[in-house]
Amino acid sequence: MTFNSVPLSWYLMLSAILFVLGIAGFLYRRNVITVFMSIELMLNAVNLSFVTFSYQLKQVDGHIFSFFVMVVAAAEAAVGLAIILTVFKNRQSLRIDDVSSMKY
Amino acid sequence: MWGSQSWLQPAFQLAYLMTMYNFMPSGDDYIRFLPEIIMSVMGTFFMVLEGILGDKKEGKGLIFGHLTLATLLAALLACMYANGFPGNAFTGMLIIDGYGTFFRVLVIGVGMLAVLSSYQYLKREHAEAGEYHALILFSIVGQCVMVTANELIMVFIGLEVSSIATYVLAGYLRDDKRNNEAALKYFLLGSFATAFLLYGIAWIYGASGSTRLDTIQAFLANRDVAHNMALIGTAAALMFVGFAFKVSAAPFQIWAPDVYQGAPAPVTAFMSAGPKAAAFAVFVRVFMTAFGPIVDRWEPFVWSSALLTMVIGNFAALMQSNIKRLLAYSSIAHAGYVMVAIAAHNQIGVSAVMFYLAAYALMNIGAFAVVAHFSRQGEKYVNVEDLAGLGWKQPVTAALFAIFLLSFIGVPLTGGFFGKFYIFKAALDANLIWLSVLGLLNSAVAAYYYLRILVVMYMQEPGESMASLQPLSTGISVTLWASALGTLILGIYPAAILTFARSSSAFLK
Amino acid sequence: MDAILFIAFASFAIASAISLVVQTHPISSALSLIGVMVSLAVLYFLLGAEFIAAAQLVVYAGAIMVLFIFVIMLLNADSEGPTGRSWRVNLLGIPLLAAFVGIIAFVIQAFLPKTEGVSLAGRDGFVGTASLVGAKLFTVYLLPFEVTSVLILIAILGAIVLARKEID
Repeated sequence: MTFNSVPLSWYLMLSAILFVLGIAGFLYRRNVITVFMSIELMLNAVNLSFVTFSYQLKQVDGHIFSFFVMVVAAAEAAVGLAIILTVFKNRQSLRIDDVSSMKY
Repeated sequence: MWGSQSWLQPAFQLAYLMTMYNFMPSGDDYIRFLPEIIMSVMGTFFMVLEGILGDKKEGKGLIFGHLTLATLLAALLACMYANGFPGNAFTGMLIIDGYGTFFRVLVIGVGMLAVLSSYQYLKREHAEAGEYHALILFSIVGQCVMVTANELIMVFIGLEVSSIATYVLAGYLRDDKRNNEAALKYFLLGSFATAFLLYGIAWIYGASGSTRLDTIQAFLANRDVAHNMALIGTAAALMFVGFAFKVSAAPFQIWAPDVYQGAPAPVTAFMSAGPKAAAFAVFVRVFMTAFGPIVDRWEPFVWSSALLTMVIGNFAALMQSNIKRLLAYSSIAHAGYVMVAIAAHNQIGVSAVMFYLAAYALMNIGAFAVVAHFSRQGEKYVNVEDLAGLGWKQPVTAALFAIFLLSFIGVPLTGGFFGKFYIFKAALDANLIWLSVLGLLNSAVAAYYYLRILVVMYMQEPGESMASLQPLSTGISVTLWASALGTLILGIYPAAILTFARSSSAFLK
Repeated sequence: MDAILFIAFASFAIASAISLVVQTHPISSALSLIGVMVSLAVLYFLLGAEFIAAAQLVVYAGAIMVLFIFVIMLLNADSEGPTGRSWRVNLLGIPLLAAFVGIIAFVIQAFLPKTEGVSLAGRDGFVGTASLVGAKLFTVYLLPFEVTSVLILIAILGAIVLARKEID
């Protein structure tokens, strides 16, 4: 193996690992903000895939897609954190288990 | 390529790139996008108008409500007009065809009914503000973009515009604990699903080199792609997870009951009809066109998801006492019926999906409008028992509600009957005999919990919940009459919509 | 050179991501996420995505994460307590997630069309510069770009609706 190049699949593998770590965070964490950050991690993993495929295809389109993902993530962050603020104001808690008043 | 050519000065470089892509939107492009333009401009105008009106309390709800209705009406006409200019718009980002127009009209119609049913609700909760109406308009813009999208990134952005606006609407009454909870759950699970959808898009982009639906379709159909079918299968599976979340199909339906129960009733009416119909529309379009050539691979997944969705929805609904939660589970069950038609993956199936979603949207909005009317301030009365005696106290409301419930069951002369009929016909044509049998058994189970509401309404003595019941407001009563009339028209003269649905489901070929 | 950079920053990204998931305090998680984002920016640069690498740092690691940290500090978020679920239940999910990675890794290795390796020198001058990205963004992808402006409006509206003083 030369030190001057890396197989493209390694990038995709890294992306998959980060995506799964994001899922794990989403499923296991109980703090609402950390859960949200795990989703951001998943979006970052997706962006890495887009850019990697873009390199493989020698197209700039994948870069544009990841740019859109960033814009959407920014909008999501603004709205999501506002929602988290209202939840906190009403319940004084960020634990996801405390946010369950609905009857089953 | 570019970076290494130093003779290309930035200005030349840009000019060169522009000629390379050679794009300037034509007048026709703008006409095809006109409904979205109208709604976005008016939504932005509302934000300004809200600032101008400021603290003026009286009539604010009326001004914004009427303006929204007028905007939606204009957008509706623009849709009809745009239908005369079929084809791609904006370098193939959008495609205007009968299918897209059908769903555009549907989601705009849903928006109108939702706005009509929220006049009184907002007034009662002291929450009349232009932002509510602006968010509804923006959400519809997103849904319109989704249903006409011809490109996966466009699908993604339309979906996000629609979803993020709906997250905010679900938590609109921000001092209400249930609203917060609904917004939070909807937001977290919706974004989680979006990540899966995006990962699927990334994979299909890597495998096929494009995100355009027709290019992907051509790639899957023409080339010998058997060697990387696993790659495409992974992409399709990831996208399936994303879409299944959005249409609340099992096993990704968990968010729906809490969100539908917690959100304000008119918002629930809106989001259980509009965004859901749009999500189904784009689901069908993506899987029938882009993934059409590999239909044998995804059909079993849709099959099992359809069955699971129907069973979970119907059996969980049996045990509910909260009427919003009951309707939420019923809405899951109805998503299951639609999945049956998708599993049939034929042209009748697609027109059945279109017909059913139209009928479902009407009856669902009607049912939630009754809940919005009945629940009173702070949504105090939302249990099935609270409806006791409604048949005597307000016969008209009860009768209209009964029409919606009968249509949910699928009784003849209602839209729900023909909807189910076409779905199971499509399934039988596709040799899905077991799925049809199980589906029909499921609708028999469903009859029980809908009839229970009818029994409570007509057979039980009025309780204390009837004492403070106001007469129907104009907005709600227009919503109820319009949806009931629509439900009956679809049930008596289904050809009105079915012919159009048949001719516009031709995009399959 | 490329391999060394990749291995260094990829392992830093994974380490930070694991730290995000296992740290109990939200601030530690947020700082870990910034670690992931910065190392991804380096990898984007290795992949020739100059513009995206810059945007990653400015938009993601900068603006968005500042917002996160601001909210965490504002709400004075504490460490998480015990989850209330037994560790056996938690362990159950790990094989599933490992299987997910396994499947994807298998698919990548076995089915991805073979390509040459990634290196800074051997990318045929393919660089996602701002002008290249911009030219395509404002022609081919003009419509999605315009529709995202609606998204930003919604974000503003959402903040107004959810954070205004009181409804009446």
